[in-house]
Amino acid sequence: MPLNIRTYHELTEPDRSGLAQQIAAQRRRVAGRLAAVGQVVAVMSGKGGVGKSFVTAGMARALARAGRSTGVLDADFNGPTAARLLDAPRARLRVDGDAVLPATVADGVRLISMDQLLEDGRPLGFRGPDAESHVWRGSLEAAALREFLADVAWGALDTLLVDLPPGVQRFQELAELLPAAPAVLTVTIPTPESRDAVRRAMRFALERGSRLAGVVENMVGGAFSGSAGDELAAEFGIAVLARIPWHPTPDTWRELALRV
Amino acid sequence: MKFLCVECDRQMVFEERRLPGDGTLAAAFRCPRCGRVVAMLANPMETQLVASLGVKIGGATLEPQPLETVRTMVTTGRGDVFDERNEEQGKGKGAVPAWSPEAQERLARVPGFVRGMVKKIYADYAKDRGIAEITPAVMDTARSELGLEGM
Repeated sequence: MPLNIRTYHELTEPDRSGLAQQIAAQRRRVAGRLAAVGQVVAVMSGKGGVGKSFVTAGMARALARAGRSTGVLDADFNGPTAARLLDAPRARLRVDGDAVLPATVADGVRLISMDQLLEDGRPLGFRGPDAESHVWRGSLEAAALREFLADVAWGALDTLLVDLPPGVQRFQELAELLPAAPAVLTVTIPTPESRDAVRRAMRFALERGSRLAGVVENMVGGAFSGSAGDELAAEFGIAVLARIPWHPTPDTWRELALRV
Repeated sequence: MKFLCVECDRQMVFEERRLPGDGTLAAAFRCPRCGRVVAMLANPMETQLVASLGVKIGGATLEPQPLETVRTMVTTGRGDVFDERNEEQGKGKGAVPAWSPEAQERLARVPGFVRGMVKKIYADYAKDRGIAEITPAVMDTARSELGLEGM
């Protein structure tokens, strides 16, 4: 005689743990913290080494110089570089009530980066069992992203730039945490190899409801040949927002900022 | 995750959570009809996975602390990165509780990366209950009542 076992969804009595409610509260906290942020822009590329962080930092400073309040969330937890690129001092972070105040760095940009939190030269390490760490490490990094969004007093911002690591995993986490999918600015170098990798990332973002804000072609005019920027822009019906040479000037960044 | 007492066909209710300190978790659930209690025992990996979601089995006992998961789980954080001055007084305007020398000594063993947050939690606990001095006994009671992990 088989046991009569009701299913999960058939059990509807109150659950003191309220795990679903705890998760919902986390989402509300993110939404509340970002309520005064005009737009969240994910700086993304399917390819590593194309200069996402470099473009993010240059663009953030130009936006701030143009009078638009700008924040940078460095979501590359294992290779954080935004703090150095934005001349962030190794200052202490102040906790104010239920939030940590972001560092105010070059040109008034507000920044949070794992680089500010970690000991010099040490990788991001987590407390936990060594065995099967691949199972839980990703969840902890997603939790860090959630806390960087929800627990940092971003205040009123015109633009929050989220500097993503290569690939699409962190973008997926970001899109799930935010009330609405972020706009995506993609960075590529001119080569066909970069084009192909970036195309996949752009498709991924589109499929998750993001608006593609444009393409930035970086490292133009040097050893890398190709026309990835133009090809991606044509394929997705968006603009090439900037072509960044190896030695960009303030005007390069200013023109990009005007188009973001 | 829910537990069903198959014999009574009743959803079991959360009773108690224990963190024995070896990275595992025990949570007890009781059948409201027959009173039978079962314990869910999670291995370290499963316990870690729950912790990484930032949720508490049995329900949250504290308001979320800023960067709570990062500060409690990261082992390579700079010990001096957080300015503790705003945290150590705890919430509200009530009298700031004193710390006994033994409690201070115990607090000093907490990694600097998370110490300010831990200090605030204990200070809030003492303030809420009108406790003038935080001692190791107060810390133990708070840990037990609040279900603090690794603090």
